[in-house]
Amino acid sequence: MIRDITIGQYYPANSKIHSLDPRVKIVGTLLYLISLFTFKSIIGYVLATVFLFACVKLSKVPFKFMVRGLKPIFLLLMITVAFNLFLTPGGAVLLQIGPLKVTEQGLSTAVYMALRLIYLIIGSSLMTLTTTPNSLTDGLEKLLYPLNRIKVPVHEIAMMMSIALRFIPILLEETDKIMKAQIARGADLESGNLIQKAKAMIPILVPLFVSSFRRANDLAMAMEARCYRGGEGRTKMKPLVYQKTDYIAYAIMICYIVVVFVAGRYIPFKIWIF
Amino acid sequence: MSIKLEHINYVYSPGTAYEKHALKDIHLEIPHGQFVGIIGHTGSGKSTLIQHLNGLVKATDGALYYNGENIYAEGYNMRELRNQVGLVFQYPEHQLFEADVLSDVCFGPKNQGCSEEEAKQRALEALQLVGLKEKYYDRSPFDLSGGQKRRAAIAGVLAMNPKVLVLDEPTAGLDPKGRDEILDQIAYLHKTCDMTVILVSHSMEDIAKYVDRIIVMNHGQVAFDDVPKKVFEHYEELERIGLSAPQVTYIMHELKARGLDVPADVTTIEEATEAILAALKKKGE
Repeated sequence: MIRDITIGQYYPANSKIHSLDPRVKIVGTLLYLISLFTFKSIIGYVLATVFLFACVKLSKVPFKFMVRGLKPIFLLLMITVAFNLFLTPGGAVLLQIGPLKVTEQGLSTAVYMALRLIYLIIGSSLMTLTTTPNSLTDGLEKLLYPLNRIKVPVHEIAMMMSIALRFIPILLEETDKIMKAQIARGADLESGNLIQKAKAMIPILVPLFVSSFRRANDLAMAMEARCYRGGEGRTKMKPLVYQKTDYIAYAIMICYIVVVFVAGRYIPFKIWIF
Repeated sequence: MSIKLEHINYVYSPGTAYEKHALKDIHLEIPHGQFVGIIGHTGSGKSTLIQHLNGLVKATDGALYYNGENIYAEGYNMRELRNQVGLVFQYPEHQLFEADVLSDVCFGPKNQGCSEEEAKQRALEALQLVGLKEKYYDRSPFDLSGGQKRRAAIAGVLAMNPKVLVLDEPTAGLDPKGRDEILDQIAYLHKTCDMTVILVSHSMEDIAKYVDRIIVMNHGQVAFDDVPKKVFEHYEELERIGLSAPQVTYIMHELKARGLDVPADVTTIEEATEAILAALKKKGE
């Protein structure tokens, strides 16, 4: 039933990308996303495509998992394409339906915009698919650590994030159990109108609330019993340390950025897709 | 009201990285009125197995017959099945939600379509059956003690008048007194209400005293299926799969090994006392 929902879409595999330091992946993804908007020429798109698919191949994550991330933004994608397609002036008119005109410029903008959006999603999916939510928060904590100076409670935010992430599967399982138990007692969760359906949720929500408070209480006790006092002076069992491969990954990333930036801006290459 | 499982297989999250074959080719028949214990180590598939019995989990493969009807057949009335097969989950008190105990117990009968009056009547009967005192009926279920909460929760299922009562570790987390009380109560229910009772546990000690038959699960398969005495004869194999026979079984085997003429297949302390006394008397003569 509800167990089939996977939150935090980590895909376990043994690959070069999986074993990278989370900081590399966060910074790399961010740079890649920015790079998508620096170029205007077709060479830039070719480079971005090759780089992205090389990374996907390297990660050993089946491609269909990447595409899965596109589903929720499909509508947004279509709207963007439609607007760009019909409302961009410039260039020869290719097609005219009533007041709507498809121009040369419009077509290329629409196609490129769609590509950018798709790469944006695949690029960030690649990060979440290859990094466990916990190491992701670990990486974020370390990356944002300098903000401590301006009194941003970085450790506390990271701790809250990892606790919240940790609780998602637990609460899902709990919900599943409570739902089953109430169904076993004859609860009808499916039929009826909206109000009846909302009412039918009470036997599930009340126990769920009670149990999440109980769990939160237990966790707080357990943390206090082990003398947790926030981030100050706290050391890590597995501190994040850059390895050789991480430096290599950074180097590759920088090369990519430079090449894309230079090639995309300064090598004249007329956009020609027809 | 017999239940018959034929070649039941169940696979969790098939086709993903988390695939797990939880039940492998389970073949069982449980006749009406039997008191059955299902025992197994954590993760042996016992909880998954019992969720098949009222159709909460659908087998990946295989067939399940309730009263000779295949519950996976098109158009089978699952609701009716759930009315007949009552399932008490682990820590059932975590599913209490109403403002007072009585209305919580009424939840099941009301879902079955009983009138307010009838539901209340049944709830009162069920609460009496589980031995919860009247003064608790209008209290909030969250104010009760652990054992009382559990009684109230079990009453919630009993009020539906099931023909088969399935309990998943009804004694987990209770103190020895609460445990014995609950188990005695269940045995009493079995005797008086003409029900099939299926009791899941991981403690042999708990169920040896009560059940007619023990099904031992291991890695999703039925390892043993027999009367308690026969199952406990395999106490060495049981240990290998992370379970143990009741302590008396060990004592009797040891006594026999040391030359006292006692039967090694007794399962309860009372039987053991009698057997040892008899053997000593015989020796004295």
